[in-house]
Amino acid sequence: MAPETQVQQRDAQTHLLANGMVLVGEPTDAVQSAALSLMVPSGYSADPAERLGLSSLLCDMVLRGAGTRDSRALINDLEILGVERGESVGVSQTTFSAATVATNLDEALGIYADVVRRPHLPTDQLEAGKLVCLQELRGVDDEPSQRLIQELRRRTYPKPWGRSSQGDESGITSSTADEVREYWTQSFRPEGAILGVAGNFEWAQLVQCVEELFADWKTVKVKPVIELPSEDLPTHIHQESNQCHLGIAFPSVPYCNPNYLRAWAAVGVLSGGMSSRLFTEVREKRGLCYTVSASLHTQRERARVLCYAGTTAERAQETLDVTFAELIKLRDGVEQSELDRLKARIKSGLIMQQESTSARSGAIARDWYHLGRVRSLQEVGTLIDQLTSRDINEFLESHPPSDFTFTTLGPTKLTLPEEK
Amino acid sequence: MILKFLSHTLDNGLEIVAEQNDAAHSLGVGFFVRTGARDETDEIAGVSHFLEHMVFKGTPRRTAEDVNREFDELGAHYNAFTSEENTVYYAAVLPEYQKPTIDLLADIMRPSLREDDFEMEKKVILEEIQMYADQPPFGMDDKIKALHYGNHPLARSVLGTVESVSALTADQMQQYFSSRYSPGNVFVAAAGRVDFDALIEQVAKCCSDWKSQPTVRDIPTADSQTTFHHVYRESASQQYILQLADAPASEDEDRFAAKLMATMLGDDSGSRMYWEMVDPGLAESASVGHYEYLGAGMFFTWISCDAETSAANYARATQLQEQAEQDGFTAKELQQAKSKVIARVVLGSERPRNRLFNVGGNWMQRSEYRSVGDDLAAIEAVTLDDIHHVLKKYPLTRHSTVSIGPLKEWPE
Repeated sequence: MAPETQVQQRDAQTHLLANGMVLVGEPTDAVQSAALSLMVPSGYSADPAERLGLSSLLCDMVLRGAGTRDSRALINDLEILGVERGESVGVSQTTFSAATVATNLDEALGIYADVVRRPHLPTDQLEAGKLVCLQELRGVDDEPSQRLIQELRRRTYPKPWGRSSQGDESGITSSTADEVREYWTQSFRPEGAILGVAGNFEWAQLVQCVEELFADWKTVKVKPVIELPSEDLPTHIHQESNQCHLGIAFPSVPYCNPNYLRAWAAVGVLSGGMSSRLFTEVREKRGLCYTVSASLHTQRERARVLCYAGTTAERAQETLDVTFAELIKLRDGVEQSELDRLKARIKSGLIMQQESTSARSGAIARDWYHLGRVRSLQEVGTLIDQLTSRDINEFLESHPPSDFTFTTLGPTKLTLPEEK
Repeated sequence: MILKFLSHTLDNGLEIVAEQNDAAHSLGVGFFVRTGARDETDEIAGVSHFLEHMVFKGTPRRTAEDVNREFDELGAHYNAFTSEENTVYYAAVLPEYQKPTIDLLADIMRPSLREDDFEMEKKVILEEIQMYADQPPFGMDDKIKALHYGNHPLARSVLGTVESVSALTADQMQQYFSSRYSPGNVFVAAAGRVDFDALIEQVAKCCSDWKSQPTVRDIPTADSQTTFHHVYRESASQQYILQLADAPASEDEDRFAAKLMATMLGDDSGSRMYWEMVDPGLAESASVGHYEYLGAGMFFTWISCDAETSAANYARATQLQEQAEQDGFTAKELQQAKSKVIARVVLGSERPRNRLFNVGGNWMQRSEYRSVGDDLAAIEAVTLDDIHHVLKKYPLTRHSTVSIGPLKEWPE
C-alpha cells in the first residue's frame, strides 16, 4: 500500500490579462480529464426591474450559434469533443462549465470564447429562447421544495439579491432582441470574468491559448447594482399539496469573511451527516419528516443560513417548532465531538475533491471571485485542522442565530415561533 | 494507472469483488443485496425500501445513534438505495478507514429491527411517499409500470403505498429479511485504493457466521401491454407525458446499441428530440433513456411541457419514433453519440465511488467484471446495423403512455 492518504501539493496558478479577465489553473497529471469553469459578470441581480429573467434568456441565446458555427453546429461540435457541459445564471455571474478528455481542452475553450464574445443572438430564435425560459419558470411551480426556497430567499435578502434566476413571465415575454443584445454588450465583459481550469494540462500552453482567445476582448463601463429593502410579502403561500414546506432563514457571514469557516462549521453541526442535530432531532427521534436540512448560502457581500423541512400538514407545526428550537439552541454553542465528526467529513471531502476536475475548476474560479486568490486544498485542510469548538462558540456568541425570516407553503397556515 | 480485478468467495457463499486502483485517493465499498420491489408480494409491498431504512436503525452491538455517529466519525460519504431489483448500502472513505468501515457496514447488515424503531421509521417512509406524491410525475412512474407490465414483478412500486406500508409489521419484515439477506444473495464490491487481502479478512471476520438460506427470484418473461391513460391534475402547472416500451434486458448484448439509440433519439442535449422539441422551446424537457433489468429492459420516454402543446408534442414524439424505425439513423449521429457516451464513461471513471457502482452493477446483473476499456470497446463496436436491429426487435412505437397535468381531457 502507498503511504497514508493526504491532500497532495497542487498549487493553483494565476494569470491576469490586461483587460481584467483572470485565469486560474490547477494542473495535475493524475487524471486524463480537464474541466473549465468560465464565469462572466452577467447575473440576475442586474436584470432591469421590468425585465426579470433577461440574464437567463441571454444565457440561452448565446448558445444558439457563435463565431463560425450556427446553433446546431455549436452543440454538435461540443458533443463530438465529448464535452459534458452545464450553464447556470447566478446572482452576479453566469457560469459555463465543461469537462472533457484533456486533449480536447484547447478546442473546447475556443468554442466557449466564441460563445461569450461572438454569439449570433439570432433574432429568428428569440421566441424559442423565450419559450425555453417560460417552460423552466413553470416547471418550478411543480417542485414545491424548490419554490419554497425561492420564496424564502426573496423574503430574507434585500432587493435585488433575493431574486430567482428564472425571472418572471412578463419580464421574459416583453424582452426584445435589441434588449438581449444590449444586455450582452454590457454584461459579457472581461472585467470580472474568471476562467478556472483544472486537470491534465500544461500551464504555459494554457496561458498562451487564453491570451490568444481573450486578450483583445474590450472592456465596458457599467453602473453598479442598487440595493433596496426586501419585499414585504406574506409569510404563508397557499398550495393544495400533501406536504407543507417550511423555510427559516437567518443572516450569516459571507465566504470572504474571516469568520466564514466558523459559521460554516456551525451549520455543519446543525446539518451535515446523519448524526447532525436537525437530522437527529427532527427525523430520527421524532419521525417528523423525510427531508430536513440547513445550508450556508453565500453571496460576495452577504450570506444567509437557509433551513428547509417538508412534512404532512398535521405534523407541520411540530416540525417547525422543533426545527426552530434547534436554531435557538445553536446559540449555546457546539461540542468538540460534533466538530471532530464534521472535520472528518470535510477532510475526506477535500481529498475526494481531488478526484473530480469539474469540482476543482468550479472551486478555484469561485475562490477567486470571493477572495481574489485561490486557496489550495492543502491550505483549506490546514484551516480545518486549526478550527476548534472554542472558535466556533466565540463566533456563535457574537453572531447568535437571530433576525429570522419564515416562509411556509402548503395547505394550512402555521403559528410562527416567537424569537426571544 | 493500473487497475486489477480481484474476487473471493467465503464458505457461506458471500462473494467479494474489487477493482483495485493504487493511484486513487479514496475507496468506495458497498454491500449489494439481490432484492427489491420485484421480490415482494402485495401484502408486503414496499418492504425492501422500508428495510433499507431499518438497516440504519441499529444492531445488537450498536444503537441507531451509534450507526449515524460512527459513519460520520469515519468521514464517510455514505448512503443506500433500493430499486426494483437491488438494495445497495455503500460508503466512500479514505483508505485508512477501510477496516472500521467494513466493521460498521457488515454489522448493520444484520439489523435488530426493533419494534419501536420500526414504528418511528414508518412515519418517515410515509412522509417520503407523500413527498414524491407532490412532485412530478405525481406517482405516474409507478402507474405506467403497472399498466405496461400488468402482473409482472417489475410492475411493483419501490415505495409501496400509504396503505401497504401502514399495514406492514416488524414480523413480516423480519421474515423477508431472513429469506433475502442470505449470504448467497449478498455480495461485497469495492473500487479504488482497496487493500484486498485485508478486505477478505475483514469481511470474513464479520460475515462468516451468517447463515445461508436458499433464495429464489422469479424472472418470468414480460408480457407487456400497450395502453393510453390520462389523469387530470388541476394543481399541476405543466403536463407530463411518460412512455414505456420494451428494450434489451441486462443480460442482452444489444444493450449497448440500445443505449446509443436512446442517446441519438432522446439525450437531453443534441438528440433528435432535443432539436425537435426542447431547442425550439416547445417542451421543457423531452428525453429517452434505456433501463436494464434481469429479463426485461425499458425505453423510458419523458416529456414535460405546457398543457396546450402536449398533444402536439405527443404527435412529434410519435413521428420521431416512426421515423427512427423506418429510416434509422446516420453514421454521423452514431459517431456523435459514441463520442458523448465514451467521454461520460472516461470522466465518470475518475472517481472510485462511480467505479463502485459500475463494478457492483455488472456483478449484480451478470456476475462479470468489465473494465472501463471493455465498456469503451463495446460502445465503439456498435454499428448502424446493430441500432436498426434493436429498433426492429424493440419498436418504440409499441408503448404504454400516461399523461398527467392540468389538461382536463386528452384530445382525440
